[in-house]
Amino acid sequence: MSCKRYLVLMPFIALFMLVTQLQTAKSLEIDVTQGRVKPLPIALPNFIGSGGGQNLAHDITGIIGNNLASSGLFRPLPQASYIEQISSFSQQPRFGDWRTIQAQALVTGQVSVLADGRVRAQFRLWDVFAQKQITGLQFITPKRNWRRIGHLIADAIYKSLTGEDGYFDTRVVFISETGPKNKRIKRLSIMDQDGFNVRNLTDGRSLVLTPRFSPSSQEITYMSYAGGNPRVYLYNLQSGQREVVGVFPNMSFSPRFGPRGRKVVMSLQQGPHSNIYMLDLQTRTTLQLTNTQAIDTAPSFSPDGRNIVFESDRDGQQQLYVMAANGTGPRRISFGQGRYSTPVWSPRGDLIAFTKQSGGQFSIGVMRPDGSGERILTSGYHNEGPTWSPNGRVIMFFRESRGAEGGPKLYSVDITGYNERQIKTPGFASDPAWSPLLN
Amino acid sequence: MLRKISGLKVAVLAFGLVALAGCSSSNKPDVANPQEQAKPGTERDFILNVGDRVHFIVNQSTLTPQAMDTLRKQAAWLTQYPNVTIQIEGHADERGTREYNIALSARRATATRQFLASQGINAARMSTIAYGKERPVALCDAENCWNQNRRAVTVITGGAIPG
Repeated sequence: MSCKRYLVLMPFIALFMLVTQLQTAKSLEIDVTQGRVKPLPIALPNFIGSGGGQNLAHDITGIIGNNLASSGLFRPLPQASYIEQISSFSQQPRFGDWRTIQAQALVTGQVSVLADGRVRAQFRLWDVFAQKQITGLQFITPKRNWRRIGHLIADAIYKSLTGEDGYFDTRVVFISETGPKNKRIKRLSIMDQDGFNVRNLTDGRSLVLTPRFSPSSQEITYMSYAGGNPRVYLYNLQSGQREVVGVFPNMSFSPRFGPRGRKVVMSLQQGPHSNIYMLDLQTRTTLQLTNTQAIDTAPSFSPDGRNIVFESDRDGQQQLYVMAANGTGPRRISFGQGRYSTPVWSPRGDLIAFTKQSGGQFSIGVMRPDGSGERILTSGYHNEGPTWSPNGRVIMFFRESRGAEGGPKLYSVDITGYNERQIKTPGFASDPAWSPLLN
Repeated sequence: MLRKISGLKVAVLAFGLVALAGCSSSNKPDVANPQEQAKPGTERDFILNVGDRVHFIVNQSTLTPQAMDTLRKQAAWLTQYPNVTIQIEGHADERGTREYNIALSARRATATRQFLASQGINAARMSTIAYGKERPVALCDAENCWNQNRRAVTVITGGAIPG
């Protein structure tokens, strides 16, 4: 067994996770470029627990299965249908037994607690028809990171079988909402992509809105009404420190990081108008990008840093525009029926997600950066605020329910428009923003 | 940063108290309105007898004739009680997206402030804040609630007669 060793830096917790490549080959693959993908049947017997790792083995297997199923690209087969019992990690599977239950891929693994307390997880991904191992990896991590092992293994399986990076080892920053609708308390919160490990980052005393993840560092930019001054802030996830990005004569709002995390693009209010500015986080200098007698807001960079998409009502009602990153050459890209807003450029660069209001409905849709190929992914009473998974395959957004007791919940949908799912949160939740991959 | 913010809050509060104390000793109410319970010059007087808010059409910040009437009354009252300072809160209904509504409500607050200024109210007495769709007052999924939520509210921040 060839062993290539390398270290993966974990940005959230300054500790190492050791990853060992066990073996790699390739043949079985899911084509994710098609519209509706038939989920790939995958067998995932409980990982073998050794050295006190029995419970962890069971739980990690569960996380992997949940992640794969949530993507809509995999169908984990029920364990009760399995013929072969996997009792040893070194065991060569009886592929015929897995073919019989229609499995196309098989994952085997083992989890053990090492003498120093760390957790070691190993897995192998098998191609049932080709009767060979596709990939195998080993992870070693402090015990408190054990859930991340499940996410990392699921990402490795996703990448092996789709050819694209996964998105399971990620977090989502969002706004937790409590209290009645006319006296909502809003807190900045963070959770794992699958809704676990929810943590509040602010105490609810100040209204907070529109958090956005840095693409390159453990920082969030958001808007807070602290001290009665609505302004854009930075929050450092490692230190817990907060700082205002700049003090301007009027309100600053709608921030978003540039693709390398060194700049924040946002709106500044000037009397009745709002224009878009770019702030350099190192020099703290600002550059005015738009200068209209209108509302220009919700700017979002293209991943190559060359362009910015934003919304403006300069032509009468909210529409989407693309301009160069220095503010030149703005051109309208949305021409359908209705109002378009909250544009977000895909991390892959190929699409722009948006909210669309038309006929009393609020929809989430995507279009190409030139405005062509508009597709609505979900539509209803109130859907708003898309954010992209780091691989550009999945969009998360919030959906408001009707009524005085109603409120927002988080949902995800594939860019094909299929596989819509709710992300369970402890209470109402809005303004989700997806992190980049953690490792 | 947190310390800075809480420090600011304390400073603002202290200023408000000083202003309040200053006006209660110098400005005594003269005639009480028999129709209303509110003592003239009080915050309650302003809300009940003048009207503290104006409403807007969907996506608009243009003041309606009715809104201008209310604001003229507000300006007259503010002229009568020159120690009063105000903050104009802009609001939007829930049928819009978050960022746009913040900007739209800033437009409404600004339009209100500019009108009061045109009626002779010193700009230094007025501040604005934009709440977007974050603070609805009427909770139903229909126009008869949304039109109450599209508003600019003149909130007295200091200088009114206590009571």
